[in-house]
Amino acid sequence: MYLLNRIQRHRVNYTWMIVSLLLVASLPFLLFLGLYLKSFLLIHDYHLGDLLFSKVWKPGSGKFGFYPFIVGSIWVTLLAMLISAPICLLTAIYVTQYTRKRFLRIMHPAIDILAGIPSVVYGVWGILVIVPFISRFVGPLFGVQTLGYSILAAALVLSVMVIPFILNILIEVFRTIPVELKEASLSLGATQWQTVKSVLVKKALPGIIAAYGFGLARAFGETMAVLMVVGNVVKLPKSVFDPGYTLPALIANNYGEMLSIPKYESALMFAALILLAVSLFFNLVMHFFIDRYNKFSA
Amino acid sequence: MEPTTKIHIENLNVYAGKQQILKNINIEIPKNKITVILGPSGCGKTTLLKCMNRLTDLYPELKVTGKVMINDKNVLEAGEDIVKLRQYMGLLSQRPYPLPMTIYNNIAFGLKLKGVKKRRNLHKQVVRYLQQANLWDEVKNRLREPASRLSIGQQQRLCLARGLAVNPEIILADEPTSALDPISSQYIEEKFVELKNDYTIVLVTHVLRQARRIADFVVFMYLGEVIEQGTVEEVFGNPKMEKTKQYLGGTFN
Repeated sequence: MYLLNRIQRHRVNYTWMIVSLLLVASLPFLLFLGLYLKSFLLIHDYHLGDLLFSKVWKPGSGKFGFYPFIVGSIWVTLLAMLISAPICLLTAIYVTQYTRKRFLRIMHPAIDILAGIPSVVYGVWGILVIVPFISRFVGPLFGVQTLGYSILAAALVLSVMVIPFILNILIEVFRTIPVELKEASLSLGATQWQTVKSVLVKKALPGIIAAYGFGLARAFGETMAVLMVVGNVVKLPKSVFDPGYTLPALIANNYGEMLSIPKYESALMFAALILLAVSLFFNLVMHFFIDRYNKFSA
Repeated sequence: MEPTTKIHIENLNVYAGKQQILKNINIEIPKNKITVILGPSGCGKTTLLKCMNRLTDLYPELKVTGKVMINDKNVLEAGEDIVKLRQYMGLLSQRPYPLPMTIYNNIAFGLKLKGVKKRRNLHKQVVRYLQQANLWDEVKNRLREPASRLSIGQQQRLCLARGLAVNPEIILADEPTSALDPISSQYIEEKFVELKNDYTIVLVTHVLRQARRIADFVVFMYLGEVIEQGTVEEVFGNPKMEKTKQYLGGTFN
């Protein structure tokens, strides 16, 4: 027999559920708070504007300008999304609308394998394949001399890395659209492409935005593979062939070293805070668009 | 006077892998009449309907053989023309699936596909078809709202208007009232009786009373076969086959 009667068991389990929920729900706030406290030293002594928009990064002489890192992160992320977004959308439409179901069953494991590859492996692949490819072919093609370690290399590696994540969501999004909607459009005399373009993509739009939002957040935070190919030079990149530096790479490269420099640790924590804030921002923007869409169209 | 045949189905067979879903179907669907396809769930009624405008294309696992003749064209061998052929047939499905756009654009979508371009003309026709489906008074002030905000009954009327807007000759309806309340259902039924003057209607249903109320012709199907077909008086009043008698008498098993 049980130690407690069923009403008591109900109460105990109920309490545990609440405790777990509170724990999960409070984690982001605790993270924010922790990072804020850790970077307080820096924020307290400097203007927020100076920190975010100054280009000079000389921790030894107390100059902390995060602008090159922020710009580097944004370039790499946006370029990666620019490459992967259309590829993912077209692939998702093709495998869900134009092929037999069996094909999707083969695709899924392939995508999952791609998603499961450790990022350091992607980094190595970037160094061995992408970097020389850019320095030998792409650079000369545009008449640019480059070592290959560049924003472009990071973006290419990153775009391959986020494809499985975005693609998996997109496939799910398109699969949940009822086939009757497709039938309705076709029966009105639309071609398959017109159906895809005017009906299915429209119907899927909130899901597509969400998929891209997740991809963006992931790309923005990706550390290892990017730091291996981006060049890690603190300088404002003038073109995609220039090397750059990203926020996650800054933290990963320096944390644990040079902590004897005053405020250095605070500065790295501040970089982490920016990362978190930007992810949060992406998330809010995404939800804003989805809500708006659900309210005013569809 | 003998009614003229609008849809002529000959030796239609549909296979899904090794399973045969439709077995040697031969039907004549008369013009300007309501033909009801009757039968228990899973007997192939919906598949038969989908063969008529070849929505079977969406299910690559299906293999379709035979002939579905509409206006002397075999739908099954139409190739690219199927896009145009489908516009001869409006489709009304079990539940309304409004297109993910405004009420206005739900109607305008088909019109634009038909080549209506001028704004004023477009608007005139949208109004006309919404009126024809008795929806205009309810939506005239909310044409720019998403269609998903309408009630289910209104959505089904919108789908009817949308189907009529491409100016079809045939209406294919697949249990169009099964998700609706009695009043909306009655409304659709009355509309069908009114519409048969201008259209040929094929209605799939398993509601016997509905069939009796509005059918001119009845096709009774069971397990992928046509068991019996004829006028509503023949099939309901004097069924020849044992299976039909059982189904109509409610002693089916």
